[in-house]
Amino acid sequence: MLDTETLVQQFDLLACIQCGKCTGGCPISPKSALNPRALIYHMLLGGDFELVSRDELWDCTTCATCGMRCPKGVKAYDLIIGLRGQWIESGKIPTTLRAPLTATLNQGNPLVLPREDRTLWADGLDVKNVAEGAEMALFTCCENAYDPRVQPMPKALVRILRAANIAFGTLGLDEQCCGSEIRRVGESGLFEYLRDDNLEKFQAAGVKKLVTTSPHCYNVYKNEYGSPGIAVEHYTQTVARLIAEDKFKFGKKFEATVTYQDPCFLGKQNGVYDEPRAVLKALPGVKFVEMDRSRERSVCCEGGGGRMWLEGTNTKVRLANDRIAQARETGATVLATACPFCFLTLSDAVVATGHENDLKVMDIAQIVNAAI
Amino acid sequence: MKPRIGVYICHCGLNIANTVDVEATREFARALPNVSVARNYTYMCSDPGQALITNDIRELGLTHVVVASCSPRMHEPTFRATIHKAGLNPYCLEMANIREQCAWVHADKKFATLKAMDLIASAVAKVAWLVPLQTREVGVTQAALVIGGGIAGLHAALDIADAGFPVALVEKQPYLGGRVAQLYTTFPTQERVADLLAPLIARVTQHPHIRVIANAKVEQIEGFIGNFRATVRTRPAFVDATKCDACGKCVDACPVSVPDAFNANLTPRRAIYRPTPNAPLVVDATQCTYIQDRVCLSEPRCVAACDRHAIDFSQAETVSELNVGAIIVATGASAFDATLKPELGFGAAANVITSLQFERLAANPAEFAKAFGAAKEIAFVSCVGSRDATTGNAYCSRVCCMVNAKQAQIVKQQFPAARVTIFYADVRAFGKGHEEFYDAVRQSGVRYRRGYVSEVYRRGAKMIVRAEDTLIQKPLEVEADLVVLGVGLTPRAETDEVANLLSLPRSGDGFLLEIHPKLRPVETAVDGVFLAGTCQGPKDIVDTIAQARAAASSALAPLCRGTVKVESATSTVNDEMCAGCGLCVATCPYGAPALNARTGKTRVNAVLCKGCGACAAACPSKAIQVMQFTPRQILSQIAVLA
Repeated sequence: MLDTETLVQQFDLLACIQCGKCTGGCPISPKSALNPRALIYHMLLGGDFELVSRDELWDCTTCATCGMRCPKGVKAYDLIIGLRGQWIESGKIPTTLRAPLTATLNQGNPLVLPREDRTLWADGLDVKNVAEGAEMALFTCCENAYDPRVQPMPKALVRILRAANIAFGTLGLDEQCCGSEIRRVGESGLFEYLRDDNLEKFQAAGVKKLVTTSPHCYNVYKNEYGSPGIAVEHYTQTVARLIAEDKFKFGKKFEATVTYQDPCFLGKQNGVYDEPRAVLKALPGVKFVEMDRSRERSVCCEGGGGRMWLEGTNTKVRLANDRIAQARETGATVLATACPFCFLTLSDAVVATGHENDLKVMDIAQIVNAAI
Repeated sequence: MKPRIGVYICHCGLNIANTVDVEATREFARALPNVSVARNYTYMCSDPGQALITNDIRELGLTHVVVASCSPRMHEPTFRATIHKAGLNPYCLEMANIREQCAWVHADKKFATLKAMDLIASAVAKVAWLVPLQTREVGVTQAALVIGGGIAGLHAALDIADAGFPVALVEKQPYLGGRVAQLYTTFPTQERVADLLAPLIARVTQHPHIRVIANAKVEQIEGFIGNFRATVRTRPAFVDATKCDACGKCVDACPVSVPDAFNANLTPRRAIYRPTPNAPLVVDATQCTYIQDRVCLSEPRCVAACDRHAIDFSQAETVSELNVGAIIVATGASAFDATLKPELGFGAAANVITSLQFERLAANPAEFAKAFGAAKEIAFVSCVGSRDATTGNAYCSRVCCMVNAKQAQIVKQQFPAARVTIFYADVRAFGKGHEEFYDAVRQSGVRYRRGYVSEVYRRGAKMIVRAEDTLIQKPLEVEADLVVLGVGLTPRAETDEVANLLSLPRSGDGFLLEIHPKLRPVETAVDGVFLAGTCQGPKDIVDTIAQARAAASSALAPLCRGTVKVESATSTVNDEMCAGCGLCVATCPYGAPALNARTGKTRVNAVLCKGCGACAAACPSKAIQVMQFTPRQILSQIAVLA
């Protein structure tokens, strides 16, 4: 039986006043049985709670809007992660999660691809290993490293950093999954293994400064690795800083009306709203426009919290499809983002809604690269 | 003479006796040096308990008394009075705190008893060195200063003035009435605020004992209870009220446009403006381009437009000094800044307004009809900036539930076809008549849906209000034409300035702190300074006026009496040892020590000194001693524990 009392303590659920702000702000709740407030109430009441029949628990994208809005500081998404953990511990792991978890343990990535292929994206780019001496380590998200649809993003970033004369390197074949999504599907044991192993590798390579391609890696290193003395930046922060320091000459114009999707792990969870916008606004030719739902009111793309491997209980309504409509309302021709998950979900949505000809989804790194 | 000490151990019912063996403790105390008698009793603070002490003083000729009971904050004044009644100096008393610092925090009776014995031995060792101190009185300037001309300051000023004492009422704005002046009606009775405020302001401005100093700021306050000196700087209006006929041509000519804060930033105003619909014209020097950067060149446009030559830029600031015996702080509160909750869409869309803006719109029937007349669905959002850890405001603002109800009723009364929904988590209707009002509001057709609003965003011309109706467990996307954010109250941005001006502490919520939340609700840590209204915490008009009149009554006590008692256990400086370094001056929170320019040594103003000991601790040459806490007294207290 579920030990609700421990969960109540662990997630400070006694603070909850059942106001419903979590469920009210949850991007998923209108299309799913997921109700964070009711989950908390069940925990507070105790007694029987049939965990393994609640498929909606796998709908949560861990966008953290619930926790950000909570007037009493309760993090409902953390409770959901905890419940997923109990579920996983019972051994009844959702089918589509099994391969990614196994591959992350064995191959260091959830895409079920060989560890030795991790650096193929950089073939011909002559990227140094950080251990050879570099001021900055570039950390490629597993998606960016392996998925050909988002490989152009790290390639663009390499050119950008070189244009600014930054000495950087990667961890080469020592790079492996950061564990952010692994923790969020409830596999805390595997997450802890990855964390310890990665920290050892960072230390061995002498990493002092880490720049990530994904907001998810950024968030986990910044907030969930226990402050190991490594300065972590998302690449949009790095690029914004380099632009402010006048390190670039933009030789070309990027003539387009651009709007921006805030990745939840960058914006809502870490307050990085201004830097990506500063980068876009600095590019010659870019006309920047905002969607009404931006920054603190932005909408999750449904790519986080393990949802890259889990379809969810309602596949008829996809938030990314709504997002395409909202982006088109602004008159934008380019929908920029700064997260491989957002890029993939939005790219699918732009095709699914039949707008691939009038709206182009791009990563900010690609846009900057196009202007250099 | 050898001291003769009496030790009195209190059971405090079972509070102490359950955890401390009071009989063993008594036997232990009896055997301590200089102790003539030791007794224990159920309640030492009761009449028979006190009689034990007074009898012993008279019959056994005690010179000093130790009471082992609760914290000195609780009963030190009681027992000082007790021994004084029996002829001892009230300062020949020492309390051993065996309740809060012993019985209440320990479980093991054996160790608690040993600790109680230690505490008593320590108190006995100290009390033998205590010397009689004289209770002193100083004279009082029989006049008061009220800072803030809102509804609290107006009432406090009137009560003191009606008692026959002169009052200076200093108001920062160029008008009286404060925050309340911005409101349309009151709850729960829906009275027009203008009807309440106008006669009140008239009484104040016409009162022979009240001097209103508006458009002014208290810059400095020196002195102490009974003898404060305040420096007040008054900004000029730059308009000669005797010449101005309020034709408004100057306003039309003024090139400046800034948001009108009085109108909750709904409309712009000029630099020369009428601060309220009835107030005389003034120039806002911070915005006037002629004063700021001479954009208007040699002849300001307002001056050119004025046929009566009423505008006078030669008017200068004036500084006045006020001598008063008591001060009432009534500086008010601010409405919560709704842009700090960006997810609620304020600022991003014109059809999201605050409850304060609602009041301003409602006060203008034409504007109100324009904003609300066509709206089919109106949503009220509760607790914006209150009860909310994300804003750092953990407290309930106490007024917003009823403000929401009142405003919803106004809409429903004027536009019965509109659907009006109040989103809430708890409805707080605790005041007199509030629950009945809440009943009436529901009867008028206002819908209450239980669930905090999480987000407000635009879809076409409508706003979408996202919440969960927690009672039917349903996430909602409600289409609304207008959204009203029920903003809470927050400390004013200038609270720090006011706190520093008077050395007033603030509570964790940022408001000014009273001495005791229940027993001393209007007094501050600074004697002679009292709090009234929302500067002390959110409250409605009823509670504000009650507190203002309480503050006035407390301020009247020293004014009527004409003298005040001051603390005797103060610090003193040994001139021979003082190096004049000034560390004590910098350390003291009450401004008691000052360097004497002639001698180069510190002198402590005993009337300002609270006896806190901060200066003594800071003094590198140990030149400062605090009476009742001299090194000899404290060291003997410690030595006996070794």
